[in-house]
Amino acid sequence: MLRRTVETHEPQAETVAGMAVPAWRLIMFVLGIIVLATIPFVLKNFFIFQITLALIYAIAILGLSLLTGFNGQFSLGHSAFYAIGAYTAAIMMDGFDINYVWTLPAAALVCFVFGFLFGLPALRLEGVYLALATFALAIAIPQVLKSSLVEHWTGGVQGISIIKPDAPFGLPLNSDQWLYVFTVLVAIVMYICAHNLVRSRTGRALIAIRDQPIAASAMGINVSLYKSLTFGVSALYTGVAGALGAIAISFVAPDSFTFQLAVALFVGLVVGGAASISGTLFGGLFVLFVPNIAETFSKGLAGAVYGVILLLVIYLMPTGAAGLVRLITGKLVRQGR
Amino acid sequence: MSKLLEASGLCAFYGATQVLFDLALAIEDGCITTLLGANGAGKTTTLRALSGMVRTTGDIRFAGKMISGRATEDIVRLGIAHVPQGRGTFSRQTVEENLEIGAMTRHGRAAIAADIERVYGYFPRLKERHRQQAGTLSGGEQQMLAVGRAMMLRPRLMLLDEPSFGLAPLIVEELFGILRTLNQTEAVSMLLVEQNAALALDIADEAYLIETGELVMQGPAKQLRDDENVRRAYLGY
Amino acid sequence: MELFLHQVLAGLATGGIYACMALAVVMIYQAIDHLNFAQGEMAMFSTFIAWQLIQWGFPYWLAFGATIAISFAAGVAIERIVLKPLHNAPVLSHVVAFIALLAILNSAAGFIWDYTIKSFPSPFGAGPLFEQGLMSRHDAGMIGVTLLMLVLLYLFFRHTRIGLAMRAAAANPESARLAGIRVGWMTALGWGMAAAIGSVAGMLIAPVVFLEPNMMLSILLYGFAGAVVGGLTSPGGAVIGGFLVGIIENLAGTYIPVVGREMKLSIALCIIVAVLCVKPSGLFGRPVVTRV
Repeated sequence: MLRRTVETHEPQAETVAGMAVPAWRLIMFVLGIIVLATIPFVLKNFFIFQITLALIYAIAILGLSLLTGFNGQFSLGHSAFYAIGAYTAAIMMDGFDINYVWTLPAAALVCFVFGFLFGLPALRLEGVYLALATFALAIAIPQVLKSSLVEHWTGGVQGISIIKPDAPFGLPLNSDQWLYVFTVLVAIVMYICAHNLVRSRTGRALIAIRDQPIAASAMGINVSLYKSLTFGVSALYTGVAGALGAIAISFVAPDSFTFQLAVALFVGLVVGGAASISGTLFGGLFVLFVPNIAETFSKGLAGAVYGVILLLVIYLMPTGAAGLVRLITGKLVRQGR
Repeated sequence: MSKLLEASGLCAFYGATQVLFDLALAIEDGCITTLLGANGAGKTTTLRALSGMVRTTGDIRFAGKMISGRATEDIVRLGIAHVPQGRGTFSRQTVEENLEIGAMTRHGRAAIAADIERVYGYFPRLKERHRQQAGTLSGGEQQMLAVGRAMMLRPRLMLLDEPSFGLAPLIVEELFGILRTLNQTEAVSMLLVEQNAALALDIADEAYLIETGELVMQGPAKQLRDDENVRRAYLGY
Repeated sequence: MELFLHQVLAGLATGGIYACMALAVVMIYQAIDHLNFAQGEMAMFSTFIAWQLIQWGFPYWLAFGATIAISFAAGVAIERIVLKPLHNAPVLSHVVAFIALLAILNSAAGFIWDYTIKSFPSPFGAGPLFEQGLMSRHDAGMIGVTLLMLVLLYLFFRHTRIGLAMRAAAANPESARLAGIRVGWMTALGWGMAAAIGSVAGMLIAPVVFLEPNMMLSILLYGFAGAVVGGLTSPGGAVIGGFLVGIIENLAGTYIPVVGREMKLSIALCIIVAVLCVKPSGLFGRPVVTRV
C-alpha cells in the first residue's frame, strides 16, 4: 500500500514579540543610533576615546570579514593594511601638512591598490597557504617600516607623531568628542556600504566563490577578478581604520603594527561571527576590552586568562556573537497565525 | 532464514530536524535487500543511521546485538561494511594502501595479503593500478576500490549507497555482476540503496520503498517490480 | 669563494634549527590537516620543563628522555581535552584555539620561570667540529638528530600500520571511521608525536638562541617557511626546506647589504610567498588531485 502524507503548510509571517521582523530590526537600529549619540555627553573623555578605538577596530575587522567571512580567503596579515593606512595618514599630516579629512580617502586608495596587488599572486593560494603568506606579510611590514631604506619617510623605529585635530566650525566639542563623532560618521557610511555590498549581486558572487569556487566559475563568475577586488576592498576598509587609528592615537610606530595586531583582528572576527557585519562591532569591543579584563584577573598570567576566555568563547559561541544573537532571536520568533 | 539486521522505531535527526520517521527494517541473512526511493527520500540517511553516523532514536540490532547509539568504529568491527555515497576514496593514498586501510581492524599479515589478492581477482583493473594515487582513478574504478575496501573487512553485511551513481551502464553491469557473485559465493548479505530502481529490483531478493522519511512499502523484489504504482512512479512504465 | 662556502655552512647550521622545527610542523599537519601556530610555544614550554629537570639534578639524557615522554603525553592531553570539543567546528575556530594555546603557554612560561634569559646545555659539547671552525659540534649534532628523527618518522609512516591509520584518519576521517579506525585517538597520537618532536627541536635550539619565553616565534616562522618550501606533505622535503631557508637567509644577509641585515626575516618570507606562487605544493610536495 502506498501511503501519502497530506499535510500542507501555508507560509506564515514570522513575528517577534508580536511585531513583524523588519519592524523589530528597525527598532534595534534606532535604539543603537540613540545610544551612540548620547555617548559623548554621558561618558568621560577616556571612555569616549576607548569606544572610538573599539569602533575603529570594528571597521578594521569589517574589512577582514569581507575577505575571510564572506569570500573565504584566509588572512592573518591585516595588520599590514592597517599599518599602511596609518602611515599614509601620518605622513600626509606630518610631512605634508594635509588636513586629516583627506587622509582617509588617500589611505583608502593606497590600501586598495596594495590589497589588490597582494591579492593577485594570492589567487593561487588556498586556505593554509594563504594564511601563511598573509602571516608572512604581517611579520614583514614592521621590519620594512623600521628599515633605513624608508626611514626618511617613516621616521624609523621612533615613528611619527601627529597633532590631534580639533572640532571644526567651532563646535562645542573637545577633540576626543569630535573624533568620536567623526569616527561614527565614517563608520556609518562604511557599514552601510558593506551591508549593501553583501546583499548585492556582487555579494552573492563573493559568497558563491567562498562556498563553491568551481561551480561559481562554471556559472560565469570571474573568480580571479572578484577575489583580487575583494582583497582590495578588504584592505581599503582596514586601511581607513588604520588612518582613523593614527589620528586618534596621534602617533604611529612600527611596533604598534605587529603580528599581534593581525591576530587580534582575526580573533575579533571569529568572536563576532565570521560572516556577520553586525558581529564586527562585538569583535571590536572584544579586541579592545578583553585583554584589559584579562589583566585585572591576574597581572602575571594575563595572557593565559585571555587564552582561556578565547577558548570559552569558541566552545560556547561557535558561530560567534552574531550566531548567538541569531539563535536567541530564532527561539523568540514565533510563527504567526 | 534468520534476521541479520533488525531496526524498529528508527528515527534519525540532522540537528533539530527529523528526517526518518519510525522505520522498521528486517534484513535477512544471505539476501540482497534493496532500499528504493526518490532523491531526498532518506535512503542515504537510513544507511548512515545504521552505521551510527547520525543521531538516532529507536532500536537497531545486528546479529542479535544492540548497535544503536554505538560509535561507527565499533559497529564496523562487528561486521558491517559501509560503502558510502561518493565512494569515500582516500585520494592521496595508493590503491593498495586503500585496501590496507580497509583491513586495519584485522590481524595476520598473511591473511590480509591473501585478501588483497582476492580483491584483485575480482577487480583486475585495480591490480594494474595498485601503485597509483587513488584520486586519479576513474569513477568506476574508485567504486570498485570502495567495494574492495569494504571486502577487506570480511563483513557479514555490506551497506552500499548508490553504487551506480555517475557510472556508465557497462561499468554498472560489470559491478553489479560482481556484487551478485560476492553475495552468492562469499555469503555477504547486502543492503543496497539505489535510485536506479530497475537495476536494484533486478538483483535484489527483498525490497523496501521509502518516501520522505517513511517506509511505504516492502516485500519480495518481484512483488514490487510487478506493483502498478511502483512501476509508474519509479520504473517509468 | 671562501666566504660563500663559509656562509653556506653557517646557513646549514642555522638551517638545522629550522629543519627541526619544520619537521614538527609537517608532522602535525599530516596528523590534523591544519598548521598549528602554537607549535613553537609548545616546544618552548617543553624546553623549560627540561631545564627545570636539569636544575633539579637530573642528568642531561634522563631529562631529555623524560621531557619527550611528558611532551608526548601533554600533546595527547591537549588534543583530547582542548580540541575535542571543536571537532565539528569550522576551521576558523581551530585557528583561534591555537592562538589561545599560544597565549596560555607563553604567559604561563613567563609566569613560572620569568623572562630572564637562561642558558641551556648542549649534549654535544662546545667548540668547533673540525679545526677549521666551519661548524660547531652542537650544530653538527643538531643536524644529525634532525636527520635521525626524519628517518624514524619516514619508517613509521610508510611502513607501519599505525602510521597508515594516522594518514588515513587525517586524509578522510569519515572513511577512516568506516574502516574501523578510531579517528579521535589517531589525531591525539599525531599531536603527541608533534609535541614530542617539537620538544626535541626546542632542546636542540635552546643552547644556540638561549632559553626565554619568546624565543620561538621567529623560529616557528622559519620552520613554516621551510615546511612550505619543502612541501607540507613531505617530511623529507620540509627538512631540506629548512636547510634551504637557513642558507638563503644567510646568503641574503651577507650579499645584500643593509637590506639584508635588517630584513632577514622579511627575506625568508619573500621566499615563502615566491615558492607558494610558483609551486604551491612546495618543491617536494605532492599536489593534491581532486575530482570535480
